[in-house]
Amino acid sequence: MKIHEYQAKEILRQYAILTPRGKACFSVEEAVAAATEMGGALWIVKAQIHAGGRGKGGGVKIAHSLNEVREHAGKIMGMQLVTHQTGAAGQKVRCLLIEEGVHIVREFYVAFVVDRSKQRAVLIASSEGGMEIELVAAKSPDKIHKVWIDPVAGLTDAEADAVAKKIGLAGLASARACLQGLYRAFVEKDAALAEINPLVLTGDGRVIALDAKFNFDSNALYRHPEIVAYRDLSEEDPNEIEASKFDLSYIALDGNIGCLVNGAGLAMATMDIIKLYGGAPANFLDVGGGASKEKVAEAFKLMLKNPKLRAILVNIFGGIMRCDVIAEGVVAAVRETHLNVPLIVRLEGTNADLGKKILAESGLAIIAANDMADAAKKVVAVARGKQ
Amino acid sequence: MSILINKDTRVMTQGMTGKVGQFHTLHSKNYANGENCFVAGVTPGKAGQSYEGIPVFNSVAEAKAQTGATVSVIYVPPPYAAAAIDEAVEAGLELVICITEGIPVMDMLRTRYKMQGQNKQGKQTLLIGPNCPGVITPDEIKIGIMPGHIHRKGRIGVVSRSGTLTYEAVWQLTQLGYGQSSCVGIGGDPINGLKHLDVMKMFNDDPATDAVVMVGEIGGNDEEECARWIRGNMKKPVVGFIAGVTAPPGKRMGHAGAIISGGQGGAMVKLAVMEECGIHITRNPAEMGKTMKAVLRG
Repeated sequence: MKIHEYQAKEILRQYAILTPRGKACFSVEEAVAAATEMGGALWIVKAQIHAGGRGKGGGVKIAHSLNEVREHAGKIMGMQLVTHQTGAAGQKVRCLLIEEGVHIVREFYVAFVVDRSKQRAVLIASSEGGMEIELVAAKSPDKIHKVWIDPVAGLTDAEADAVAKKIGLAGLASARACLQGLYRAFVEKDAALAEINPLVLTGDGRVIALDAKFNFDSNALYRHPEIVAYRDLSEEDPNEIEASKFDLSYIALDGNIGCLVNGAGLAMATMDIIKLYGGAPANFLDVGGGASKEKVAEAFKLMLKNPKLRAILVNIFGGIMRCDVIAEGVVAAVRETHLNVPLIVRLEGTNADLGKKILAESGLAIIAANDMADAAKKVVAVARGKQ
Repeated sequence: MSILINKDTRVMTQGMTGKVGQFHTLHSKNYANGENCFVAGVTPGKAGQSYEGIPVFNSVAEAKAQTGATVSVIYVPPPYAAAAIDEAVEAGLELVICITEGIPVMDMLRTRYKMQGQNKQGKQTLLIGPNCPGVITPDEIKIGIMPGHIHRKGRIGVVSRSGTLTYEAVWQLTQLGYGQSSCVGIGGDPINGLKHLDVMKMFNDDPATDAVVMVGEIGGNDEEECARWIRGNMKKPVVGFIAGVTAPPGKRMGHAGAIISGGQGGAMVKLAVMEECGIHITRNPAEMGKTMKAVLRG
């Protein structure tokens, strides 16, 4: 789960990490009022969306007067902000963060993620802040420093100081406190990513988080109601939200062939085989191990919301899930939704014969497939025929 | 022979008094030698109860002492599952198979840390999963949630991160007349126990295995690590498939571990490395069995 920058900074402050003074605003008037109250002579107007690259997309502006605050806020609020992470349509800006300007001397990068192969949390730090870390890694890998954390000891004073020294923050107690605070936030909040980029050294010798980003482990949200409260549904795909209500795993793609599959691996493989036979999948959809009739019906409704949809492929390998239950669900869903695109169904595994019989006797125009290849060929052919 | 488990393995179910635990323990007990293999259940506070004739104990240590079980399978809900693994490790079990999906990553990091090194008995507990279908040695024993009837005894090893995609691979083999020595679902989570590489080494050493089907998916670089080992060490042919060539980056594709992030973990890279290392890859998930047939026919 992702959150906004202003929310990430709220978390940082709970761990005694310094951030610029700022306020989240939901209208231009609010933005101007916040800048006025903050005082000073320099403000930053920052679009709050769940995507990186906001600056390059025109979503971050410096204001030298209250008039400029108003001007920038007016332009950014409500705009469709396009960045390399949003896709071509961009993301609508509904919230601005108004912050005081900071005198930056140097910029750094610090983040914690989980290293899958070492099975440890890892601190990644660099003297090259303000850029994408992937770029730094590609251009100057010697400027990236990593520390794998012992989960019992945590990030020790010595480790924190050594890293601070390597990136050019030697001898600053506040640098150690910042790194250790970020590690504690990462662990205690069950984050998948805790990143400060850039972390800056100011003219008056303070270490401040100028930008911040958190992603959270969705498996751990049950023990973090305070993080769930940060969820901004307007930043998420409405179909994916709808799917999650029914415990369906759904991701929209660009193609025109809907797929309904049980199991994540088989669902990906089904998308892949559609592509291999010259078609394009419209979605990833895993109905899970224990799909009911109702879940199958909801899955059909979700796929049918896509105006590009030209055909549907149901690929089920029954294990725990019985194919007759799926077949009944498919028949009910076809009737309920008055399905008007061709439907190919492949059933294998537990009670497959019974399932096939239910489909055949339903009187519906369902195209049966013998195996995965047969199913993919048939669905690609009918999807082409419809176009 | 087989790897990890056979008809003489003695198993306890952690979380046997729950609905899921009961359902799958019953099905496993009814498969092949299951009647003799499934000897205990563990649920704290429920000692003295029994299910289908299998006695329930309060702790793993107690179940082990009373029944001699050395392997456990875990169906405990996600918030308590990592602690269940810890308990099995502390009791010195040889193998723990964790079916549970949805365990927080931080919990697994701590559990894997505790699993480093040897236990009190001077051995290391092996972990399969979490978020996996389990392990089966056809016609001998099934520990997990896979449908037993699609398997057939034979000489092909199967290792996979997925559930139903493993069944797909197994079914293709079975239909072509190729039975399986053992099938191991290592699970779809980012932090897990045995990896492709560990299981591949076991198949390499197993005299009852002639060849291996390796099924991977996007996320991480375990398949690449396994492939590099195969190049210099594997004595048996390996057929490989990777799911997720069409998966968009940055999206978690159902499995917690199935995500391309920071430009890493893409399917094309994995396939390229596997091919370079001499694995017989197929890009068609319907042809895992056929590819194996072609390789074995030479």
